[in-house]
Amino acid sequence: MVEWTEFERDTIKDIFSKIDYDVVGPAALTRCLVVYPWTRRYFGIFGALYNAEAIMGNEMVANHGKKVLHGLDRAVKNMDHIKESYCELSQLHSDQFHVDPDNFRLLADCLAIAIATQWGSAFTPDIQAAFQKFLSVVVFSLGSQYH
Amino acid sequence: MSLSAKQKTTVKEFFGKMSTRSDDIGAEALSRLVAVYPQTKSYFSHWKDASPGSAPVRKHGITIMGGVYDAVTKIDDLKGGLLSLSELHAFMLRVDPVNFKLLAHCMLVCMSMVFPEEFTPQVHVAVDKFLAQLALALAEKYR
Repeated sequence: MVEWTEFERDTIKDIFSKIDYDVVGPAALTRCLVVYPWTRRYFGIFGALYNAEAIMGNEMVANHGKKVLHGLDRAVKNMDHIKESYCELSQLHSDQFHVDPDNFRLLADCLAIAIATQWGSAFTPDIQAAFQKFLSVVVFSLGSQYH
Repeated sequence: MSLSAKQKTTVKEFFGKMSTRSDDIGAEALSRLVAVYPQTKSYFSHWKDASPGSAPVRKHGITIMGGVYDAVTKIDDLKGGLLSLSELHAFMLRVDPVNFKLLAHCMLVCMSMVFPEEFTPQVHVAVDKFLAQLALALAEKYR
């Protein structure tokens, strides 16, 4: 079981109460697809992803970015049972989508950068540490049912 | 994953824009490294205070960023240009190369905080690639 300090719990709740899902979700997924182009392999049905401009203007990417960010909500609500909360989603990503779990880590890094872009200096080192710890637990959980 | 000519230009231009804030960003990036990845403090046990925001951490962050800026001027031959720095890291400092990636990520976070408009996805990929190439050049002499 992951141990969370009060600061970490409060920080995570605070981040997700203030986050603009419609901006940060798309921004994070867009960055992931641009910065780590091999991640595009999973999104063939999204159409035009051949360069940064195409990705940044792609509505399916934007919508999926929002969806993925909302996928973190269950972890925020269930911080003491994150691994269990992602059992099903982990199986899905393994058995249906065949996503290399290292890609979850890449997306998590892009999410930290997307939030940093929005928050500026309000994204303090302590807040970044709490956020990245939270994301690493989600990343681990999403990879936990791979076999 | 070497840089295209266009990406080299992108890197030089962005680092040019960043130059007035490079000390802040360097200091902040190393602070974040020890905050987010506490195991990295193991390299700084000789400092009285290796906590985020401490004077030695900030000072050293500035030094490191100075090295990164120097590497920008050697972008066409990082391995050759960074030979002596690589020997330093390989034989004296012996920093596990995995930490170069962690510090690079913290630098990217700081750049996006200070230059949210300029740090577009296109700039992000170019700078990320540059820092990865820099890390490779630094690790060149390791074994």
